[in-house]
Formats: sequence, structure tokens, C-alpha cells
Amino acid sequence: MYGQGILKGLGVTFKHFFATYVEDIRHVGGKLSSNDKFARRQGVDAMGLYTVQYPEEKIATPERFRFLPFLIVNDDDHPTAPGEIWCTSCGICPKVCPPQCIWILRSEDPVTKRPVPKPQSFFIDMDICMNCGYCMEFCPFDAIKMDHDYEQASSDRTQNHIFNMEKLSKPFAYWRQIAPTTAWEEAVERGGWEHIDVVKEKKKAGQPVAQPGAKWDDPYVPPIVEKPEEPAPAAEAAPAGEAIADAPAPAAAEAVSDADAERAARKAKREAALAKKHAREQDGGEG
Amino acid sequence: MSDLNLRELNATEFPIPAELQDNVAITSLNKIYNWSRRSSIWPMLFGLACCAIEMIATAAARYDTARFGMEVMRASPRQSDLMIVSGTVTKKMIVPIVRLYNQMPEPKYVLAMGACASGGGPFKEGYNVVSGIDQYVPVDIYVPGCPPTPQALLNGLIALQHKIDGQSLANLNDVPWYGVGPSDPVPIPILGPDIIDPRQMELIREKAAASAAGLPFGTREVSQEVLALAGGTPKVAVAKMEAKATVKVVEDEAVHAERLARRMEALARKRALVNQ
Amino acid sequence: MTDQAIAPAHNETLDIGQSIEYLKQRFPEAVKDDTRQGYSGIVVARDQLVEVAQAIRDDLGFDYLSSATGVDYLGVEDSMEMVYHSYRTTGGPALVFKAQTERENARIPSLIDVWPGADFQEREAFDLYGIRFPGHPNLKRILLWDGFNGHPMRKDWHEAYYESDLKPFDSRWPKGYARRAEELNMFGKNVAYPDDLDLSKLNDTTEASLYSGMGLGVDVSNLSGPGELRTDRLVVNLGPHHPSTHGVFRMVVTLNGETIDSLEPVMGYLHRNHEKIGERNTWNMNMPYTDRLDYISSMGNNHGYALAVEKLMALGARYTPPTYRAEVIRVLMVELTRIVNHMWAIGFLLNDLGAFFTPALYAIAEREKILDFFEATAGSRLMCNYMRFGGVYKDIPERIHSTAVLLNDKVRDFNTLEYLTELISERLPRAVDELDRFLTDSEIIRARTIGVGILPREMAIGYSAAGPLLRASGVPYDVRRADPYSIYPELDFDVAVRYNGDIYDRYLIRIDEMRESLRILRQILPRLERTKGESFFAGNKAVYAPRVPLGEAYGRVENPKGELGYYTVSQGDPKGPQNPWRYHVRAPSFINLTPLGQMAKGSKVADVVAILGSIDIVLGETDR
Repeated sequence: MYGQGILKGLGVTFKHFFATYVEDIRHVGGKLSSNDKFARRQGVDAMGLYTVQYPEEKIATPERFRFLPFLIVNDDDHPTAPGEIWCTSCGICPKVCPPQCIWILRSEDPVTKRPVPKPQSFFIDMDICMNCGYCMEFCPFDAIKMDHDYEQASSDRTQNHIFNMEKLSKPFAYWRQIAPTTAWEEAVERGGWEHIDVVKEKKKAGQPVAQPGAKWDDPYVPPIVEKPEEPAPAAEAAPAGEAIADAPAPAAAEAVSDADAERAARKAKREAALAKKHAREQDGGEG
Repeated sequence: MSDLNLRELNATEFPIPAELQDNVAITSLNKIYNWSRRSSIWPMLFGLACCAIEMIATAAARYDTARFGMEVMRASPRQSDLMIVSGTVTKKMIVPIVRLYNQMPEPKYVLAMGACASGGGPFKEGYNVVSGIDQYVPVDIYVPGCPPTPQALLNGLIALQHKIDGQSLANLNDVPWYGVGPSDPVPIPILGPDIIDPRQMELIREKAAASAAGLPFGTREVSQEVLALAGGTPKVAVAKMEAKATVKVVEDEAVHAERLARRMEALARKRALVNQ
Repeated sequence: MTDQAIAPAHNETLDIGQSIEYLKQRFPEAVKDDTRQGYSGIVVARDQLVEVAQAIRDDLGFDYLSSATGVDYLGVEDSMEMVYHSYRTTGGPALVFKAQTERENARIPSLIDVWPGADFQEREAFDLYGIRFPGHPNLKRILLWDGFNGHPMRKDWHEAYYESDLKPFDSRWPKGYARRAEELNMFGKNVAYPDDLDLSKLNDTTEASLYSGMGLGVDVSNLSGPGELRTDRLVVNLGPHHPSTHGVFRMVVTLNGETIDSLEPVMGYLHRNHEKIGERNTWNMNMPYTDRLDYISSMGNNHGYALAVEKLMALGARYTPPTYRAEVIRVLMVELTRIVNHMWAIGFLLNDLGAFFTPALYAIAEREKILDFFEATAGSRLMCNYMRFGGVYKDIPERIHSTAVLLNDKVRDFNTLEYLTELISERLPRAVDELDRFLTDSEIIRARTIGVGILPREMAIGYSAAGPLLRASGVPYDVRRADPYSIYPELDFDVAVRYNGDIYDRYLIRIDEMRESLRILRQILPRLERTKGESFFAGNKAVYAPRVPLGEAYGRVENPKGELGYYTVSQGDPKGPQNPWRYHVRAPSFINLTPLGQMAKGSKVADVVAILGSIDIVLGETDR
């Protein structure tokens, strides 16, 4: 019969039309906006078409979602170095970045003019970034991560779209919040919750390290701080020295003797060498 | 609505008697006007590249721009209020884009979706890529991301709605299409050896004159020297160049003056009407 | 056929080595082995190229010209080269042949008479490399506009934002300075003019050559035959801003009444200099760029590029092929991508036929379910950047799990395997059946599509059509079977083929292919479970600067739109180049457009839109 095909097709549209209501009936009595109802309706076996009522309800992004990069800094309640940036300015991210949107300026010691493994400034041009996630993938220090905050619309790009270090820095707790599984996996690989250099240093010194649990949802262990017997000599272990207590005040740091400065410089050099080694390790493999 | 300052309202020569200066009539009108405007932004059916796929996904059932009155995607620029520049703008494409923009009626808005439309994106270094649509047409909202997810685009559209909310009927600078007439058309770029922006013609001519005087031209490496010597450009060379140049900058002085006069007249008429 | 005596009876069955021997015997002067390190195939003398090509096609049966591309060997050999990859439509590996020319005044005879499919590819080589092709009837720029300064793919051509030949740029680290490229350009834009720019001679002639062949301004009396209605010709531009062109494609059609006299595709409105940027990038950096080629099926693009570079790496001493699990995950992703793409293609084909948005809405709704999985696994809905040389980025997560970050975020938490099983065995088959029931029998669709836009079998092969376009014309050519890669040999599936070559068959073949993809996916699921916990990456971990041995490789995959090939050359620094010397994309969307003019001739203007929709192009890939 002519027209049968069209009727059949219309049947499909009718089915789609009613499927939504059938699904609604299954949820009668429940609050449609509740979390598990939402998950069901956005799941793979939901019938009908479901709209996300965007500003009122948003689909949370999955863990591996990548939007724009950000830099990890220590948590604000970190006992020894709150806000300390994890980046050692090893230079791998600007090298792997496909559209070359990362600029790093290394900092140097004002006295000795030796490079210090901390970035002096760090810029990412969001108008070039292609959200590929290479910087995160190849960073040997787990210091740069991809953010989940996609709500970045603005009306000016010259002011807002070159992110500097201040704008890029987000605490480690934020990373644990947006990607708990990945953060746990990385911590297991590092052997502790803290920055890989700190973990290594502590292990070398025989100090306890905040260990990740056996499962990803085991509770987070904040950095363990051993009360040192003599707080003064540890004072200038500045750049990545989380091994010190909060006792040494800035006053102590000011009163550094020449020998201490020398020691600090040596330490900085060692860390720079370590960063270089990490870079080589990454570089080394062929194919 | 909070953006509307009633004192400012008086400053725009509106004849509101002193005792009525706290009247809410105009503010309410403003609110209704902006509400209706922001709830019926019709985007142009206009996709450039990867971001267009996400734009379509935004318009589809799961994210559904119909909730914002934006589902009517018009293919014709004459019927659309919003141009979502969704993707990489190339030099070859900028010509039709500017033309389309000029054809859109006021009030018109431009949303740069994604890194490419905002500033060139990952393809910025390419020889055929325009680094940002805002080099040619004014942009209202930038949505970063490569590509922005549908939710990010919706966030940008809501930001645009907020912007519309902030525009006051009382301020003729906010709604120039009622007062001073439509904005000037953007001069259409010319495809020469490379894309030529007519607004840069003077600059190009100057550099070309410098080139005629023996300085290298057109290459990036020497820009500093050329810029330094631009002041001492030989006048003869400039004159020669200008005599040769027959390409008209899209609007010359006379036309511009005439348009300005017409605008002022329109403005005066408008004010007179309000004063009655 | 001078040396008939030495030719064996069945030339079509000769393998590549024998074929080359045959050619060397027949053309002792012209054909030489390509003896460069890591290269394969033959080098043909320019003056006999057409004869050799004819022999390759007719005597040896290599009837399908897959790819033709230019290479600039400035500083290596100071010559330019055209590289041709020809295949048999019965399957098997490629016969690669090359023709060399000097860089100045480069000329290579056109092969358009042997393979009409060389048309656009030669125009592209002319546009980007400046190689002239004597014998080409319509040799003009294809991606850039007439009057553009220079031929940008030549190694000595530099653009306005040129910073250095190879990435990474030194200015990023350690002496970084964050300055936008605009600030370094004296015009503040991405422009650079030639030194002899003459503003007085500036007039927009870019369209003149286009319209000159369209029959405008001709005396009407000459146009129509006796007894015919004397009608004027009308030139109509469809695009670049047109809802039917799937992006920024443009067709200039000459109409006689409503019938199409001629159609000229105009492209390049999305020419993003993919190859120029690709040759500056390191090998790794190109992976996310390939996502942006065919931006609906980024996983397939990744796969093709990974295959090409792995082929190149296999030339070296230290190479470990991808693990089995990596291959399983790759096939899973690629076949899901095929469904995504065909859903999209059918939805928008119906859009073009006038069924505005409803079929597309249904297709997109199913697509979203697959994208959810991609997003959870690879990190992005569209631009997956998932594959690496030797494996994939990360294993499939145990759970599709999200965390609330923003205000009003609603979290979801599914078991990934359960989600996939439900998707593959329930949801998608139901969706495909529904689409089938919805559209296949519809009288309107049948009336609009059956017998429209016919592409005959011989023409499809000659014009190098690929993918559904080729298979709907009765050629069962699928790279997954013809030149197998990955784990496809052990999977059980059929190559879908239809014989009428019209729009309706192209629609049906997409439905068939989705069903075959689902069949593959059902075989993938147990493999996925069996290999759980195995390594998804060959070797330790993806390295950020892989070294690739010298040589050339052509890796190709059956992408949803057709055969996607990457021609990569590693040259230059013998210590181990980190950047491709040549990186060419054989884009199915681009080459599938070659027969568009022929297919559209004689049909009505409303059908052109449907014909274009049935080819299923994506502009990111067409213009690159």
C-alpha cells in the first residue's frame, strides 16, 4: 500500500513522543531532579529524550575530562609549605604542547644567579590551547592537570585569556576532588600523597610518608610532619622542603649564614639535576 | 536591571519631572523589552568547523537551546540576532563572514565559540588562519575551549543574556539602533597576495612606501626597524604610492561625514520627540 | 603493448615484487628502484610517466589510485617529487611509484587521463607546491585563492607568524616571554605581504577564473539545441554559507531551468594548514591535530595516524608492536566511531532531503550515549586524542564516574563494561533498527533518492571514490579486508556492498555498515573482558619525543567516510628526526568530491543537496 512506509515512520516518531511520558510514569512519586533519577534518565537504557536543564542541573564531567590546564599547588592547610607550587619548571610541557601555548620563565637565585627549580612565571594562552592533555600526560611531577571548570565565558579576551601563574594555581585538594581515582593512582605511583621529590627526600631521610590507601576511595592522609629536634638548620630547605616544621619563622630564614646559603644553593642544584634526570628519563625511550 | 541607574537616566536629557524621577515606568519597560529580546535570540545557522558539531549538539534534544528561545536557527542573516562563530576562521572565509555580519540587522551579537574563533586556536600559526574573529567584527562573548562542550556553550549563551539584560533603553549608547541608527558596516577584506583589511590600508601604504625607499617590507623580522623609520619616510615615495593607489577604502571621508550628519539629525529628531 | 611476449598470462595476480620486475623489463629506461633508505616502490622518469601509469593500471590491474601527493626535498635532494599509491580493488598492498622534478619550474605530466581521481590531488599539489601538470585541463588553485603569494608547502616558504622550522620553539623555554604572535607582527595580524606589493594593481579577481568557465554572458541562441526552449543559463552559488553544505563548502552551479549544466566545487574555506603545521610538529604533536580532521570520527583519525607512524617505526631496530589489548580497545573505539558517524550522516542526509531535524535529533540522541563513553575514557567528547604509538592513552576506566565540581552538578556512576554491554547489545541495535524502520520504507525518501545521483562502478573506481560511496557502487572494497590491519583478520564481519550507486543505496549501506560494526563490537566485548588487566601499551610508557627512523610509510584505515591515509616521511637529521619531513593526509572527504560534478550533471538543483549529503563530507578533512 502506498503510504505504508510513511505511516511506519510516523509510528516511530509517536513511539519517541510517548516513550518520554512512559519513562516519566515510571518515576511517579519520585523527585525527577534527584541525583539517582537524573543518572537513570541520562543512562544508557533510558527511553525517550531527556534534556539537561542546564543552569539548574548540569551533567558533572567524568574524571578524565579535560578542559583547560591548571597548576597544582599545596593545599592551604599544608603544615609546612602551603601554596607551594609543584612545578619544577623542567620544561617538558612547553616542549610537548602541540600548539605551543605554554611559556615558562625559570627563576634564578637572586644571590647566586643559579637556576632554581621553580617557575618564576608561567603563562598559558587559552586562545591557543587545544585541550589535548599532553602537558598533563607527560609531566613527570604530576604538577599540571586538566581542569573540569568549563564555565569560562567572558566578554574580553585580552585580559582574561592569558592565564598567569596566579590564575592557573589550584590546590591539590581540588585535583583530588575532581579526579579522585586518577589522583589516587598517581599517588600510588609516587609512593605518597605529596610531591614526588618530597616523597623521595623523606624516604631517603627515613621519615614517614603520607601513603595512599589500598583503594581509591580510602581517606586522604595529610602530610605527616615529624617534629625535628633542632628546627633551626632545616630552615632554609626552602624550595621543596616540606620536611620542616612550622616552627622556623621567617626571621630564622633571614638569618642565614654564608654556609647555609651555600648549602641551599647546592640543594637547588641537586634538584635542578633531578629535574633534568626526570626529563631525560622521559626523553630516553625510543619508539 | 540593577545596572540601570536612574540618575544616569536623567543625564541622558530625558525630560522627567523632578517629582517623577523615581518613577519605575521606564525601568519596567526596559525589563520587559530586554526579557523579550534575550528570550528570542535567533542564532544564524552558521557552522564553520569542529565547534559547529558541538553547537548542533547543543541545539539538539539533550541540551536544547529551545529552553532559551534560541532553537530557531535562521539560515538568513537578515532574520538572525546572533552569529555564533563556531570554529576556525580562515582568510578565505573571513570575506563572507564580514559580509554576513554586515547583513545582519541591529541589534546583532557575535559569540566567538572556541579557541579558534577567539584567538586563532591551535591553528593560529597557519598561513590561512585569522587569529581571532574580533580582528574584523566586534565580539560580545568569548567561550574558551577546544571545543567547548555544549554546557560551556550554554554558559556563554547565558552570559550573552546577562549582557542583554544590562543594556538600558534609556541609554542611547546601549541601544544605538534606536538613536543614532545602525552601526557602520565593517569594510570587507580583500583577498590580495594575503588578506588585506581596508582599515589597515594607510598602514600598508606607509610600509610599502618605506619599502620603495629601500627598506624591506612585509617580513616580520624587520618590523622593528621599519617601525623606527616610519617617521622618516621619504615624502616623495609616499606621494608616488598614493597616486598609484586606486583602491578605495570602503568609506571615504564624504560618505562618512554624510552618514554622521544623518545620524545627528536622527538623534535630534528622536530627542525632540521625547521632549514633546 | 610492445613486449607482450614477456608478460605472463595473468598479470593481475603478480605480487608487488613481480610487478616491479615486469615494469622494469617493459620500461628499462624509465623505471628504477627507489633505493633510498626506508623507501619502497619505483621511481619513474617523468617523460614516460603516463605510459608507465597506463601499464600499471591496465596490465597489472592496479586500477585504484589511492593517493597522489607532492614532497619537497629541499636540502636533502633539492628536488620535488610526486608520490602515487595505487591499489587493486581486489585487495592487496600498494604499488608505490614516484616521479621527480627539479624545484624551479617544476613539471610532471598529469595522470588525469589514466585516473580521473588524480584531478583534485594534482590541483592541490599545484596549489601548495607549485608543481605544474601539463595535460591537466583545469589546473588552478584549489584550497587557496587565485593571487595568493607563493606556494605555502614549499620548505622555503614562511608564513607571517613564522617562528622556527621545527617545534618546540625555543622562545617558550627557558628564556620565555609571553607575547602573542600578533604583537610581533607589524600589522598586528596574521598577514605578511610580498616586497613587491602594488596596491594599485589590487583588484579582487579571485572569482574571475571561476566564473569564466561557467557559460555566463553567452549568446542564448547557441546554448540550446534546435527545437529546445531557448533558456538562459543561471549561475547559482550554494555556499559557503548555506545550510546544506555541511560546513563551509561551496558549489557553483550553472542551471538550465532547474537542471544542472555544470557544477564546480569550491573549497578551501576551512583550509587550516594542517600539513604545514604537521611538518613543523613533532610526531606526537600531530595526534591531537588529527582529531580535527574529520571531527566527527576523531578516533578513526587517531588510528590511521598511529598506524602510519608505527609502520615507520617498524623500519627501525627497536620497535614493539601494540599489545593485543591495545588493538582490542582501538577496534572498539573505531567501530563505535563508525556508528557515531553514520548516525550523524544519515540524520543530516535526511535534513538535506527536507526531513528537518527530527531524524537528526534521534541520531544525535544515540550519539550522545557513545560520546559519554568516549568522554569518560579519552577525556573529550569530540577531540579524543586517545591513541599513541604502541597503544592507547589509558585503559578503559572501571567505572564511568563523575564528581560534582560546579554548582548543581549531577553525578553519574556506571560500571563501564555494563554500560558498554547494554549499549552494544541493546541500545544501539535498537536504534539502528528504529532508524531503519523510520526511514527505509518511507515513500518520500524512496522517491527522492532512488535513481538520483548515480555513480557507476567504473566511474567510482576511476575517480578514487572511497568508503560507502565506493561500496554503494558495487565495489566490495574495504581496507579492513583488502589490506587488513589491527585485529580485523580474526574478526568475523562482512563487507557491505550495494550495486545501484544512487543516494538510496548510499543510505542503505550506512545502515548495513552500522549493523556490521555492531557485529564486530559484539565480538570485541568478550575479548575486552578476557584481556582485562593486560597492558594497553607496548613498552613502558608513551615517550614525549619518540624518535622515528628514516624512511616513508603510508598508513591507511577504513574510516567511516572512506579510506583515510597518512603519507609520512622521516628525513633530515639522521640521528633520529623528531619531526615528520612530509605529513600528508589522504582525505576521503576531499577525494570523494572529485566525482561530484559528474554525479550532479543533469539532475535537479534540489537533488544536488541530497547528493552532497549522501557523499557525507566533513570540511575539516576536505580542506585540512
